[in-house]
Amino acid sequence: MAEHGTPPTTTPDTAPDTTPPPTPAPTPAPASATTLPTERDHPFDPPPEFGPLRAKGPLTPLSFPDGHVGWLTTSYATARKVLSDNRFSARQELRHLPIELAVAKEAMTGPPPPGFFMHMDPPEHTRYRRKLASSFSVRRMREFERKIERALAEPLAAMERQGPPADLVTTLVGPVRSLVTTELFGVPAADVDSFQEHTSVILDADSPADKVGESTGHLAQYVMGLVTSLRAEPAEQEPASVLGGLVKDPELSDEELLGMALLFLSAPDTTANMLGLGAYALLYHHEQLAALLADPTLADGAVEELLRYLSIMNVGPFRAALEDVDVDGCPVRAGETVVVAVPAVNRDPDRFGSPDTLDVTRPPTGHLTFGHGMHQCLGQHMIRVTMKTSYTLLLGRFPGLRLAVPPDEVPLRSNEATHHVRNLPVTWDGIAR
Amino acid sequence: MRIVVRRERCTSAGMCALTAPELFDQSEDDGRVLLADPDRSDEHRAEARRAVRLCPSGAISTDEPEPSTREHRS
Repeated sequence: MAEHGTPPTTTPDTAPDTTPPPTPAPTPAPASATTLPTERDHPFDPPPEFGPLRAKGPLTPLSFPDGHVGWLTTSYATARKVLSDNRFSARQELRHLPIELAVAKEAMTGPPPPGFFMHMDPPEHTRYRRKLASSFSVRRMREFERKIERALAEPLAAMERQGPPADLVTTLVGPVRSLVTTELFGVPAADVDSFQEHTSVILDADSPADKVGESTGHLAQYVMGLVTSLRAEPAEQEPASVLGGLVKDPELSDEELLGMALLFLSAPDTTANMLGLGAYALLYHHEQLAALLADPTLADGAVEELLRYLSIMNVGPFRAALEDVDVDGCPVRAGETVVVAVPAVNRDPDRFGSPDTLDVTRPPTGHLTFGHGMHQCLGQHMIRVTMKTSYTLLLGRFPGLRLAVPPDEVPLRSNEATHHVRNLPVTWDGIAR
Repeated sequence: MRIVVRRERCTSAGMCALTAPELFDQSEDDGRVLLADPDRSDEHRAEARRAVRLCPSGAISTDEPEPSTREHRS
């Protein structure tokens, strides 16, 4: 365990502790090292501990569950440096996990499976990423817009027929989650529910390890079945899904295809969760909703601002130093893991004016919700187009939309990975014609 | 304004094609940057600068100095 050269010295926490700790610590860490905060006081705001951490400097010592002591950054500028510096590695086997996971530890700490390139460095990373990238291009995602319109037509029409109140998780979030599942994996409609049940078990940090293992095994087998049937399709047939496109690549083995598919396993949920929480934030900050209704050209910027403001991923990207690196005056040593606190970075007052205010008129901002550097999220435009199209359709049809419950009584579901609305009860007055 | 793209650094994130579609496109093959219309760079200086700033892999540069990264309102 490395002791750091420049621990913060101004806080009372750093004084030698003379009282017995409430629970015996298995590994002594510097008294100044914090653990990664993931609990939010308010669904829209980062965990409150990030405020004092920011005051300590761009990097602060961070304790990891395995006893490692690395670093945490809350600074936008520092985060961009770390994430775009090839002296920092994304390799799974080099990094320490900043939170406890129910998933078998070896699955997240050993070398990644073939194709799981998010946890690889170049040249392996580059090879896989380029094979997947064209499926998520800006142009392809504009085509995806038509599919969203088709998928939401009936649920929104039903919502209008039935009249208020309605639950936006049923009419908007659920259908989008199913659509993204189909778009990515080509899962036949009859299997979508079962597929989603298993992904929910895997993504829920509260699931017991044996259940996670069971669902992972089931899905791996199911995806391999999809790969086999997709391979049987005629080569000239236009692929109907991202996985269908990948399967056409003769250089990719079944194991590599499975590893790549695992990378977007969480995408339907992340997209749907962001869509639901974003709708909640707009309905909560109704003056922002009014601004958007008054000027639909704000839609692109509103989506960016929601992505910045909400930063739904609690555990941001993290990297292992391959050599000793001085980062903004902090000596990061080879082997140490640096965690980027995305929710805090996206509220960095040195980068964003009035960072804690949701402001749909803010200029396109360069938030780090999708990361930065060579690993920046490939699915980011899918999330953008999904949010923009869904909100436009919803608000176009129900301009008088508002929450049907007091704003602070919307039921939320939160865990270590992300958080989202469980239900989003809404009501409305007039119908646009 | 002269725009330079270094395709070997490109990571296919598509931020340029999103920010300045008049100037940048993505390859059908691997999503990497294509300079769509370099002749229009003078018409789209602000977009080009934003694309430089947003590019996650530093694959785009111009021959003009980069302004501050602090948020600014135009």
